Formats: sequence, structure tokens, C-alpha cells
Amino acid sequence: METAYLIETVIKIVVILLIFSALAGIGTYFERKVLAFMQRRLGPMNVGPFGLLQVAADGIKLFTKEDIVPSGVVARIFKIAPVITAATAFMAAAAIPFLPSFTLFGYEVHPIVADINIGILYILGIMGVGLYGPLLGGMASANKFALISAARGAAVFISYEVVTGLSILAPIMMVGSLSLIDFNEYQISNGWIVFAQPVAFILFWIAAFAETGRTPFHLIANDHEIIDGFGTEYSGMRWGLFAIGEYANMFFISFVISLLFLGGYGDGSLLGALALLGKVAFFFFFFLWTRAAWPDVRPDQLMWLCWKVLMPIAVINIVITGIVMM
Amino acid sequence: MFEAIAFYLFAFLTISMFYITVTTSQALYALTALAAGMIFISAFFFILGADFLGAVQIVVYSGAVMALYAFGMMFFDTTREVKEKQGNKAIIFGLGTISAVLIVLIFAAPLVSGNAEALFPMTPGAGNTQEVGMVLFTKYLVPFEVAAVMLLVAMISGIVLAGKKMDLSLTLMNEDEIREMRREENKKVLS
Repeated sequence: METAYLIETVIKIVVILLIFSALAGIGTYFERKVLAFMQRRLGPMNVGPFGLLQVAADGIKLFTKEDIVPSGVVARIFKIAPVITAATAFMAAAAIPFLPSFTLFGYEVHPIVADINIGILYILGIMGVGLYGPLLGGMASANKFALISAARGAAVFISYEVVTGLSILAPIMMVGSLSLIDFNEYQISNGWIVFAQPVAFILFWIAAFAETGRTPFHLIANDHEIIDGFGTEYSGMRWGLFAIGEYANMFFISFVISLLFLGGYGDGSLLGALALLGKVAFFFFFFLWTRAAWPDVRPDQLMWLCWKVLMPIAVINIVITGIVMM
Repeated sequence: MFEAIAFYLFAFLTISMFYITVTTSQALYALTALAAGMIFISAFFFILGADFLGAVQIVVYSGAVMALYAFGMMFFDTTREVKEKQGNKAIIFGLGTISAVLIVLIFAAPLVSGNAEALFPMTPGAGNTQEVGMVLFTKYLVPFEVAAVMLLVAMISGIVLAGKKMDLSLTLMNEDEIREMRREENKKVLS
């Protein structure tokens, strides 16, 4: 029994790793295409049909490029930092139910690696640890731009973790559980949480942009200002691991938002599973849409937004939820 | 069997991480190893079935405390080795050994004598989070509230200590006002 469970878990982990590393690569293709169409360009067109093989070309380029470690850096930390980013992104996926449970060749499969009863707390904690990738990469690089980016990264992550945690507290109070599967069950009988908690939904969504470092809050690696931030000194696949971590995080946080607020996979039918994938696709598209439509904010505006606007609103939301529930 | 393997693996990893933390003279190594050790400790909570405490261990120590240390270290040149001032090595070594042995004795004594028993037995049917909540809001309500008040005091004093020019906001000022403020600051420095 125990051995069978172990084998099943290892297979699940390998499948999730393969699917989402591939999706992270294809995500870059989607990003370039969507940005191109919004800016009236064509995007990648030459490699393969509609430029689809551009992903493979980029992959070959990244893998075969020389891996340069500059002389002034703290070598070991410099090498380990991109791995932290990618690893924490995939570790967070362990508690996400990607699909409803289904039967394959007479064997019931639960598409979740570890069904622990504190799923959300675990996911948010591991995503918080993801901060060490940019932070250590920036500090070990011996580069001014990388150091600025690391400082900004630490400030943004610490601040927006507060908003994420507080905004999610009100839905947790309603459901009375920290498990994502319990959230799904609750929303079958009581309707989507987004209608009961629109404020918490918006706050969590805004904070998700900060946690993944996407455009309105992209100042961690602002190309026109601090080159590529913590990635300035990196080359080849080590830089690629940062990108894989970022895109995997975008997919996972899209899953989390859909499961928490938008009903997840519903009653577990095929339609519900497809609806979940549709919601995830929408949120991923929204990340790209925002990048095409919005300018970046300044670091001080970001802090102002977090501590003076979002955090008070989140606290007020919790108090009102508590009063209503009493 | 898998539990035993996991326990020994994480015990080895935790101890080696903390060993690196105390022996290295490179600040970044120490920081990374300490954060990694904190994460590996949470594995023991997960092995024991205390999922909530395991997640809290990750969130609080690795996510918040170590990140604040790292934030403080931004202002040093972390790529250089630190020269440590070491006094009498015999005293450091002796005191370290004695305290380590004492701690092991203190925690091993109840296990050896067989007197260890749970003050708050598990409630059947209640989850991890509920268990912690029940103990926290009945038996330990007063220490919990006192801790909350202490944190509030610390927060207010932090704001007072750091809060110079809190009435000004660069976000809300226009360019001329910012320039005016800079000029006044320069005057103060020059005079």
C-alpha cells in the first residue's frame, strides 16, 4: 500500500513537472503573440507554422549557450539562486488540485500531489520563499543594478504577502477550512465566493501581480531602468530557470485564484474541469493583457498602494465579514 | 520505513545547514544556509502530521524573519568575506558543548523516565488548525493577548523611531515642491 502510494506520487510529480515546464516555454510564445497583436505587429512568424517552433529554437539557444559565471560573484549562491526560483514555484504546486478526480483504466486518480488540509497556507508560504531566488541572485551578483532589484524584490514581496494573507482571510472565515478542495465543495452549494467577497477577490488579484512580478509591478526587473535586475549577470539556462519559475508561478497563481474565488472545477464533471482550464486561461491572458495596456508604477507608489490603500481595505473587509458572520 | 528515511535525511540536512551557518565566514552562505535549515525543520512537523505548524514554520521563519535579515544585509558588501573577532576559543568551545549537552539532557529526561504525556489530547474529528485554535483561545488566551499587545507596542515604537517627515509624501508632491524640499535640505547641510 505504502509503496503503491509512493510510486503514484512520484508519477504525479513527474507529470506535473513535465507539463508545466513545457507550458512555461509555450507561455513565452503566447506572451509574444498576444503582445504583438495588441501592438499591431505579427510576433514570431518565421520558425514553423505561425512561429510555433520558436519555443524550441529558444530552448535550444538557452541550453547550448555558454554558462558564464563572472569573476566577482559569490559563485555557489550565484549558481543556486535560479534553481530556488524554479523549485519553489513547482513546490507550491504540490497542494493545488489541478483537475477533479477521474478514473483511468479502473484506477481512481486524484490530480493533487499532497492533499494536506492547510493547502492555501502552504502555497502562500512556499510562494513567499520564492523571494530568495531574486534576492540571493541579486545580492551574489556584485552588480549595482542587481542589488537595487534585489532590494526592491524583498520590499515588494514582504509588503504584498501582507495583502495576500489579509485578503484571503475573509473567504477562509466563510469556508472554515484551508484546503482548496474544501473551498471547491463549499462553492458548489453556496455559489462562487467572488459574489460574496468581491473586495477580497480584487485585492488578491492585485497582489498576485506583485507576487509574480508582472507588469504594473514589474520594477524588480525593469528593463528600461535597471537592465534586467537580478538577471543582469546571468546567461544561458540559469537565466532560463528564472523565466521558467516566473511563468510557472503565473500558471499556478491563476489556478489558485480560480479555485479560491471562481468555483474551481465545480461538481467534478468534464464540463467543470474544462471550465477550470478556461478560467485559468483567462487569468493567464489577463497577465499578458495588463502588460500590453498598463505602464509600470514607481517603487514608492507601489509601497504607498500596498500600505496605505490595499492593507486598510483588506482589514476593513475582514472586520465587516466578521460582523456579518456573527 | 519511509518515515524513518525521511527523518534521517532531513535531520542530516538540517544539522549540516546549521553547521555551515556557524562555521562560514561568508555572509551570504550563512544567510542561505540558515533559511534552508529553517525550511528543513518544517519537514519534521510534516512527518509528525502537524501540517499547520509546518506551514507556519516556513511562512514565519523563512518567509518573514530571514527575509528581514536579508533586507538588512542589503547595505553591506556581501560578496566580501567577514573577518570575525574570536576571543578565547577554549571558552567558546567549552560553553557551546556544555549548553548543547544540557539541552539534550533536558529534553531526553522525560522520555527516558517515561513521564511524558500529552496535556491536551487530540480531539477526534478536529483538524490541525482547529486543534491549535482551541488551545490558543482557551488555555493560552492571556499569553496570546499579551503577545498581541507587545507586538502593537513594538509596531508603534518602530513607526515613531523611523517616522521622520511622515507628513510629507513624494507621491503626492509635484516636481516643484520636491525641488523646493531638496533645496532646503541642501541649505541645512551647507550652513
